[in-house]
Order: sequence, then structure tokens, then C-alpha cells
Amino acid sequence: MARPFKETLNSGKFVVTSEVGPPKGTDLEKMIHHIDLLKDKVDALNVTDNQSSVMRFPSLGTVLLIKEHGGEPILQMTCRDRNCLALQADLLLAYTRGIRNVLCLTGDSITVGDHKDAKAVFDLDSVQLLHMVRTMESGKDLGGNDLQGAVEFCVGATVTPEANPIEPQLIKFEKKVEAGAEFFQTQAVYDLDNFKKFMEYARGLDKNIKILAGIVLLAGAKMARHMNENVPGIFVPQDLIDELAGAEKGKALQKGIEIAGRLIRQIKEEAICDGVHIMAIGREEVVPDILEAAGF
Amino acid sequence: MIVAERKPLEAIKQMIAEYKKILVVGCGTCVTVCWAGGEKEVAVLSSQLRLASRKDGNELVTSEATIERQCERELVEGLKDEVKRVEAVLSLGCGAGVQTIAEIFQEIPVYPALNTKFVGMPQGEGVWVETCAACGDCFLDKTGGICPIVRCAKGLLNGPCGGTNNGKCEVDPEKDCAWTLIYQRLKAQGRLDLMRKYYPRRNFQAVTRPGKIEALQA
Repeated sequence: MARPFKETLNSGKFVVTSEVGPPKGTDLEKMIHHIDLLKDKVDALNVTDNQSSVMRFPSLGTVLLIKEHGGEPILQMTCRDRNCLALQADLLLAYTRGIRNVLCLTGDSITVGDHKDAKAVFDLDSVQLLHMVRTMESGKDLGGNDLQGAVEFCVGATVTPEANPIEPQLIKFEKKVEAGAEFFQTQAVYDLDNFKKFMEYARGLDKNIKILAGIVLLAGAKMARHMNENVPGIFVPQDLIDELAGAEKGKALQKGIEIAGRLIRQIKEEAICDGVHIMAIGREEVVPDILEAAGF
Repeated sequence: MIVAERKPLEAIKQMIAEYKKILVVGCGTCVTVCWAGGEKEVAVLSSQLRLASRKDGNELVTSEATIERQCERELVEGLKDEVKRVEAVLSLGCGAGVQTIAEIFQEIPVYPALNTKFVGMPQGEGVWVETCAACGDCFLDKTGGICPIVRCAKGLLNGPCGGTNNGKCEVDPEKDCAWTLIYQRLKAQGRLDLMRKYYPRRNFQAVTRPGKIEALQA
């Protein structure tokens, strides 16, 4: 049996998490392969919730699969597709099936996905979702009614250290901390000097909050440039882009793995934060290579 | 004000294809200001429809009227004689205008020539932006007079999402991130404490749909 994530967080060890992205459809073979490949190599596995507003196999179904396969899952939950009744009901099911970790997210806009004309819900925002979990832990639902049997979760949230302007993002981060977030997964970080400034601020706010630096695998210079231009809150410095562009033909991904490994090693060696969250975005099979490159 | 846009001509043509005589009704208030359904737009649409029908070998006859407010019963009742002379009414009012006409002249079909878009304000020449969601529980005291319910693409109450990008919104880089605007305004006013407060979820029963208000009689 996998170690409960909360215990890992509080053990003082350098925490490593990763994630799997469910498929669009019922063929789960590839995802199950990723789960089996990663479950013993990382401390917990996130499951994205209709990632990028694209309809897929559900995160709730996938965390149950991870549990069955002996891994420690983190249920990602966004506010985009369900109102507060559905979100609460999902948490009741999750809890009864042994799920103990929830990552509370706002969710991408519906218009970035593949059902652009669908109704975006956003009955709650991410801070309100954190409060919702804590309310349910007190034995009440959001309507103020008693629950027959409460829930208990290790609750996480996200933050974007490269947001511009940064101050509104930090105010929201503080609200998430106050709402009871125990750990944070950050948006991808590449500029560690800038990330250190964020960490200084976060440590000053509350040194018990566990921060996992987001590591997004760069598959090539083109992807890095694309993210700089199109993904809010991600900044890949030019020297990393040059490094990727300078890789031998067909070796760009290898270079990306090397860069991710190097970032993780530096974060760990300098104890910049409490761990990393590795996002390989469709290339989950190379996560063990990233870990190896990082010296694990 | 209520901001609307005219439907495509083809869609309007199809709606009224079976009629020979229609009354085209404009509204002198909001939709006049936003160039969608005033006297001028009524004249333009009527002539476009007549021309199009002639091309198709038909002889559509249109009469035109623009009243001050289509959402006011007394003013709509003034159209009684004109309505009697036609087979259908084409309204260039907002949805409230169309429904007021349909309510008062229940014997005759009424068609909408506009798509009612939002409650908004002018931003420049010929540009209007949505500024009010008519949510029924005004939040503007907490946000420096900038509504996050409608100007944030996700309607968030506790600050920006991760999609905020140099003051713009991830949904459309042409649009401002409402939470960046709110932050800047509250900061300039020395009231950032308002942004640090936690706001619980919205009460979606602030307006029980369909909304109805019974103001006390004087």
C-alpha cells in the first residue's frame, strides 16, 4: 500500500508527484500502463479533470483506478463543469472509496476546449472550493445540513509564481492558505531565481505550507516558444530555448528531459521548496527518465 | 443600457418568408443608442427586406413605426391601428420589447430581428462592452466599481485565475482581466484590504428565475 500523501508531505522528504491525463474514450490501456509505470516511482499521482476543457474519462474514475493499482492518487477538481451539489457528491464518493487528496482548481475557460458552446458552471471559485472541503470536514454540507459521516482530505491548490502582475496572484495565494490549503503545486517554473523570490515570500507568509515546484517537460524549442507566447504564467528563459534548439536532430526531447532533471536536482540540492510536481503532458513514459536525470 | 445586434438578413428573411404585409417596429431607447434597432435601422432593414423579396419574385409590403420604449405597455398599445393592417410584426426591440408586443397583440405573430446581447456601456465609437450581469445582488462595493461577475470570463469573486496574462484574459487577449483592473483601482484608492477578504459563493437565488419585483405602491 502506498504511503498516505499527507504523511509524505510532513515527513520532511523531498516530495515528487506527477500526473496522468485520462483519455477521450473508454480505452484505458495506455493510461493504466502509465499508472503502473509511475505509481511506485512518485509519492502521488494527480489526475487532471477534463484538462484544458477537453471532455475525457473522469478524474474521479481514474483516481479509483490508481487506488486499485496500489498508487496514491490526488483528485484534481475544477469548478468549471459541476455545481456545488455535484462537487460535494463527488467528494462523498471519493472519500468512501479511500481517496484522501484533493487539488482544488478554478479550471480553464470552457472556450479553450473542445465543447466551446457548453455552459461554464463556476458556481464556486478555487478559494470557495477549498472552503467547501473544509466545511464538509466539519460534518456539514454547503447548505448547512448535517452529513451522515463527514469527509477528511489533504487539500491542495495551485499558484502561478510567474504571473504578471504578481500581486493579485499573491493575494489569491494568501486566501488559499487561509482557506486551508496544505500544499501547492505551482505553474511551471524555469527561472529559479525568480522562483526563489516567490518562495521567500511564501515562507514568510506561512512556513508550514508545502510547495511543489511545477516542472513541465519541454519537448523542444518550438514547444518552449509556443508556451511563452500562448500559456499565461509560463516563462521559459532564452538560454533554455537556445539549449533545446542546439540539440542534435531527434535529441530535443532528450535535452528537455535533461533540463527537467537539472531543474529538479537544483531545487532539491538548494532546498528551494518542498518538492516537485512533474507534468510530462502526454509523455508520461519518460517521467522515469526525468527522475533518473534528476539523480533519483 | 441593453445592447443588441441585428440578426443576419438571411435569418430575418426566413422568419417572415410567408408574409406579404409586415409592421417593422423600432425602439427609441437602448437599441437606438447602440445602432441596432432605432428609426434608422428600421428604415434600412425594411428596404433590404423589400428589395430581397422583389428579387425572389414576391411583393412584400412593410410599414414602419418606432416608439419610445417597446417594453412599456401604454406605448406599445399605441400601435394598435398599424398592427391591424399587417399579418406579422417584426420587432427591432430587445427581448423585453418583443415580448411586450407579443403580450399585447396576442392574435398576431411577433418576430425578433435582434439578438439581445447584454447590459453594458459604451467604450468608444460604435463599441459597447458588457458591464452588468443583472445578478440581483450587486457586488460593486467590494471591487472598486468593476464587476467581476460579468467582466471576469469565469465570474470569479476571490481574485484572478491562472489564466491572467499581462493584464489580459486568457479567453481573449483583446479583453482586460477584470481582476487586474480591480487590483489596480483598489490599490490606487488604498483599499486593497477589500481584495484580501474572502467572499463566499454567490447566491443564485438573489433573482429567482423568472425574476419578478413588486415595488411598494406610493
